Amino acid sequence: MTNGGTGIATAKSVVIKGGTVLDQRGEHRADVRVEGGVVTEVGVALRGGDTLDAGGCMVTPGFVDLHVHLREPGREEAETIETGSRAAAMGGFTAIVAMPNTEPPHDSLAVVQMVRRRGQEAGLCDVLPSGCITMGRAGETLAPMAELAAAGVHIFTDDGTGVQDPLLMRRALEYAKSLGITLAQHCEVSRLTEGAVMHEGACCSRLGVPGWPAVAEELMVMRDIELSRLTGAPVHFLHLSTAKSVDLVRTAKADGLRVTAEAAPHHFTLTDEMLTGFDPIFKVNPPLRERADIDAVKRGLADGTIDAIATDHAPHPAELKEMPLDQAPPGMLGLETSLALSISELGLELRHVVALLSWRPAAIAGVADRHGRAIEVGAPANITVFDPDLAWTVSPARLASKSRNTPYAGRAVRGKVRHTVLCGVPVVIDGEAQR
Amino acid sequence: MKHLLSIDEVGTDGLRHLLDLSDHMAEINRRPVPKVPALRGKTVVSLFFEDSTRTRLSFETAAKRLSADTMTFSVSTSSVNKGESLRDTIETVAAMGVDAFVVRHMSSGVPWQISRWTEASVINAGDGWHEHPTQALLDCYTIRTALNRPDGFEGLHIAIVGDIKHSRVARSDVWAFVALGARVTLVAPETLLPPSLDGWPVDVAHHIDDVVSKVDVLYMLRMQRERIHEALVPSLREYTSRFGLTPDRAGRLRQHAIVMHPGPMNRGVEMAVDPSELPGSVIAQQVTNGVSVRMAVLFQLLGSGSGLAGEAS
Repeated sequence: MTNGGTGIATAKSVVIKGGTVLDQRGEHRADVRVEGGVVTEVGVALRGGDTLDAGGCMVTPGFVDLHVHLREPGREEAETIETGSRAAAMGGFTAIVAMPNTEPPHDSLAVVQMVRRRGQEAGLCDVLPSGCITMGRAGETLAPMAELAAAGVHIFTDDGTGVQDPLLMRRALEYAKSLGITLAQHCEVSRLTEGAVMHEGACCSRLGVPGWPAVAEELMVMRDIELSRLTGAPVHFLHLSTAKSVDLVRTAKADGLRVTAEAAPHHFTLTDEMLTGFDPIFKVNPPLRERADIDAVKRGLADGTIDAIATDHAPHPAELKEMPLDQAPPGMLGLETSLALSISELGLELRHVVALLSWRPAAIAGVADRHGRAIEVGAPANITVFDPDLAWTVSPARLASKSRNTPYAGRAVRGKVRHTVLCGVPVVIDGEAQR
Repeated sequence: MKHLLSIDEVGTDGLRHLLDLSDHMAEINRRPVPKVPALRGKTVVSLFFEDSTRTRLSFETAAKRLSADTMTFSVSTSSVNKGESLRDTIETVAAMGVDAFVVRHMSSGVPWQISRWTEASVINAGDGWHEHPTQALLDCYTIRTALNRPDGFEGLHIAIVGDIKHSRVARSDVWAFVALGARVTLVAPETLLPPSLDGWPVDVAHHIDDVVSKVDVLYMLRMQRERIHEALVPSLREYTSRFGLTPDRAGRLRQHAIVMHPGPMNRGVEMAVDPSELPGSVIAQQVTNGVSVRMAVLFQLLGSGSGLAGEAS
């Protein structure tokens, strides 16, 4: 069994016992047997082999995170592919898209293959490297998209910055169209956010901190919707954060355009008022916004305008998050808290939450053949088992990530991953990573 | 009160108390030997990550007149230039035994961050565009004495003119003036106002001529020349024409009105008139009063509550 090549396969039979299977086809009580990397049996009272207790738990297709910063190569003091993969597995993810803003960035075959190989060596989740749209993410010349696409890269983005030049973006979309790949945009007109630290509004005005105006995101969403209309190429919008952005995507979808969008948990749980104490732990890009934006993001997740929850997991070492607010790097951890925040804060049915975490992002990432698939005989055994009711408190010291920059320290949440099965192998058992 | 980070947290009663205490300090400063032992044995460290001669000297003078030991840490001579983190710097200096840090930093919020890393009191001596609470105190004290308003500012109309957006002075003064009962009008082009004034208890005007003949206090802010390059105003000439204090406008001030400026002044720009020829100018008093109010703040945070009497030995 190959599974996007985690490199590990097992013949061992494992029965996930006593849970409720929840997937795109519905919800029913059943045990699930996995063997040789695939689901071999779904039924009641299965016997034999190792057992994973799933009593009181949901057994669902594995989660897929479209937006993870693994920091390796280049910033291994913050995270490595191994530690980030472990955090992902702990959060129930069986596949993650690795963002390209490493040093060096994902603009060459060598880096992309290195990232994938290191993911396979870690063997904790399927690491899907993204590719850069432009060389060095500098926004000047196109990266070798065809070469990277041939090597299996599906998502292309300059994340960390948006492609500023409208001509270059048009060309990138035209070029990408025939390759069957998806360009993902970090929407930020950088001229409008020079020196920006936090959301532009009442809070930054009072705090005397340079503002990041919502319109800087919305202008690029608007532009790329029109470029998608012009070229017919798909566009994925990363981490939508403003009410107007959600409205723009809703209208574009109604027009039948090939646009998709994601939102990060911090954009539906935290407002800019968290910055009142000037703690850089709450600095993120795009920034935490206002209550009305949070409500709009939630509505977008509820009505299908936003296709996926993606964490924008962005580890940073403590010393960088102790710099002055305007100098500290933006970003916050997300992999290990995403499920709980989605269950606790969205007010959606569990099946809807799992759709946003699993099969919808799997389709965008181009891995729907092996991730996010309904749990049926023959499907690749990438499965997440979680207790939707377990109450717990976020403790930075207990996270698997190498960094500690979660904005949720001390927050009481509900819903926790119990087991994660990757290609038939339990990589998390009872909340403990197995490797 | 453990720290002085923002003027808001002081509250109206706290403001009145500090201003009353400043009266005592001003009395000490008028003595032949202006020094008392109130803070003997206390150590006050000035941490200045941004140049500021007047504020630093004012704090150091205040600390010395209360007999505190003072140390100065300025960024050009420090290990911050060698890559040491802010937190390590604070913890290292604090380990020497420090009772108060007086912090000036070009980044908003740094005094808040420092207050989380030390047991010492932290006094904000100006952070980024955010706050400058002792400036607000000395401004209130100056208005109180110049206009003889010991009981508060009810009925006073104060205009703050200029670059509000980038001004830590404005962000402290507005709340202090309003807490004491004044009506405040901000006078600036839209480009030099904060992006949102939601929750600010102020009026706004877009031309100095709208207020100059009406106000009791005209507070002029420094206009930095860099703002031209940021497309915030077309030219200094145009700025002066709409927001500068010219001799003509000075002639239209009310008889009793006072003119203030936090310094340093841009002569010919916002101050297009020689302040020494302005009868209402209290700019020099602001500097003098700065020492008294900073003594009051240090005493309030570090004093035992008794030792104000007597002379230093």
